[in-house]
Amino acid sequence: MNHKNKISRRRFITGSSAFAVGLTLNPFKLFANSENNLNFYNWDDYIGENTLSDFADQTGIRTKMDFFADNDELFSKLREGNPGYDIIVPSDIYVEKMIKAGMLDKIDHEKIPNMTNIDRNFLNPVFDPSRAYSVPYMWGTVGIGYNIARVKGKPNSWSSLYESEKYSSNISLLSEATTVIGIGLKYLGYSLNSTNIKEYKEVEELLIEQKKHIKVFAEDNGQDLLASGEVVLAQEFNGDVAQLMLEDSNISYIVPNEGSIIWEDCLCIPKDAPNKENAHKFIDYLLGAKTGADLADYIQYATPNKEAKDLMGLDYIKNPAIFPTDEIIKVCENQIYLGEEIGQVIQDSWTRILAS
Amino acid sequence: MANSWSVKNKLFIFLLVPGLAWLLFFFILPLIIIFSMSFGQKIDIIGVEYSWSLHNYIRAFDGIYFITLFKSVIISSITTLLCLLVAVPVVLYISFSSTRMKSILLISIMLPLWTNLLIRTYSLIAILRTKGHINSSLEFLWDSSNHLFNFLNLANYNIFSNSFTPLNLIYNNFAIILGLFYIYIPFMIIPIYLVLERFDRNLLEASYDLGANHIHTFFKIILPIISPAIISGIILVFIPCLGTFIIPDLLGGADSQMIGNIIERQFKSANDWPFGSSLSFLLIYMTIIIFAVRYIYTKLYSKLHIRMDI
Repeated sequence: MNHKNKISRRRFITGSSAFAVGLTLNPFKLFANSENNLNFYNWDDYIGENTLSDFADQTGIRTKMDFFADNDELFSKLREGNPGYDIIVPSDIYVEKMIKAGMLDKIDHEKIPNMTNIDRNFLNPVFDPSRAYSVPYMWGTVGIGYNIARVKGKPNSWSSLYESEKYSSNISLLSEATTVIGIGLKYLGYSLNSTNIKEYKEVEELLIEQKKHIKVFAEDNGQDLLASGEVVLAQEFNGDVAQLMLEDSNISYIVPNEGSIIWEDCLCIPKDAPNKENAHKFIDYLLGAKTGADLADYIQYATPNKEAKDLMGLDYIKNPAIFPTDEIIKVCENQIYLGEEIGQVIQDSWTRILAS
Repeated sequence: MANSWSVKNKLFIFLLVPGLAWLLFFFILPLIIIFSMSFGQKIDIIGVEYSWSLHNYIRAFDGIYFITLFKSVIISSITTLLCLLVAVPVVLYISFSSTRMKSILLISIMLPLWTNLLIRTYSLIAILRTKGHINSSLEFLWDSSNHLFNFLNLANYNIFSNSFTPLNLIYNNFAIILGLFYIYIPFMIIPIYLVLERFDRNLLEASYDLGANHIHTFFKIILPIISPAIISGIILVFIPCLGTFIIPDLLGGADSQMIGNIIERQFKSANDWPFGSSLSFLLIYMTIIIFAVRYIYTKLYSKLHIRMDI
């Protein structure tokens, strides 16, 4: 018998105890739930430069921030249970979906005195009446970012993206089915929240026809394509283009005359959040006037916080890429959650558009 | 045989259990969950009813998914063929070069494998886009030639006088195939190289002594020896390419949807996990069929081979 191959008892015990220690490394415990921590799940580039460090200085709470790229990623990550986040930032329809699926906790308004800073128009949205589950964070529009030098005049109609060959293979649209098809509905004069299958069919045919002129359905990098000259017209969210406009004076933004989507991102507390107290403190902090102004200044989106807006300069308030004019607001609509059946119609339509 | 498992079964089990446990909990169990989900149905927003119906598979047989599956098979086949055509000469070159060059060439193939896939794909974007490296260099050459021609008073020949139109290298199927080729070529090179390294060079000498030229030697000696490795390489490239979605997402254009993108969308925007599971399993069934065909082929081949030897 070769003694070298026999496992001694001591080595066996050492090995198996190391194995057992390895088993106890539960990933959920990596999200600390002690007194002074907060787990924040946010969009990329959607918080001020010093917001989190200022929050830590003021309250002693250390925030750990993770990023997601779109609402679907956020939703699918939380779908099977909260992996330990305290604050998430879904958009309007997803707030409604999450409320209906029981994924959110009620927000205790007694713990958020700064709620009074919010503009009255945002206090009773259709997706969350009386703000039981969400607090508004930022809002904005979807429009066309364009290269002033290479585009004739102002592209004030969606036709330049949806029905024209003028800028063939120099245009990009967003890649989210509900957004692109919704705006197609607005272009054809229908309601953004239509439930008429025939109208969706029309949009589908329109897009299939137009597809040969579209360069790419840009997931989140429409502004990068604009900046690098890859496209001259890009369907994009206003803040992305506004951030680009700060660096590149050749870029401008417009919301076409047919109208567009007004979207809103909200702060929510998912169910089973480990640090609910800290979450409320964080929401209250973000709703402060000074913090709101810093946020607005850095990320260049429209703030629903009227106290913060009062602190901002004219170049922010009067910037059409940030705050749409009243005429534009009149023709824009909020997106509402239309139910799973219409959702499937839209998704199947989108698959057909992409495959044609 | 001191290390045979029948003699040392305590040691064998102790070493096997962690790997087997990992395989069971993180591969087989999730696969079973997805398999049963593929027979399920979506209820409300996040509910899944495990109804054991063929509803999703019937829906998957709708034309649109088969068109995309067919297109994915075409793109994967082209990529695999390209990888094969490039890998075999490259491996021959590496195998027959000096020891020092061998290490340098092998590192230059392996090192990109250790770099993150996303970084490699983004670097391709930087090279291929309209103002990327290729187009900028070509534009520079074009303009220089233009100046040169003007200088030499050949301007009236009008060869380079028009302004340079950039090549359309990205956001189309060409970019996807190039990207897949670039990412997966090491998986074709490595199996073939491993086999080629082990084979006996004396066979080649014998072949030359008997009067065969290089091409004859290649097709009669080298190719049969590396053909199992070629099959492995084909499987290692074709199957991941079939299910890929990141490369079409980043490098593809408006009409570059592959089956992987559709599946990804079912798990994200469409929020229809049962249907996404059934589409994923369609790919798995295809893979199983490919392996089954290969198994049958190997059996037939060895039967034929034995007969021919006699």
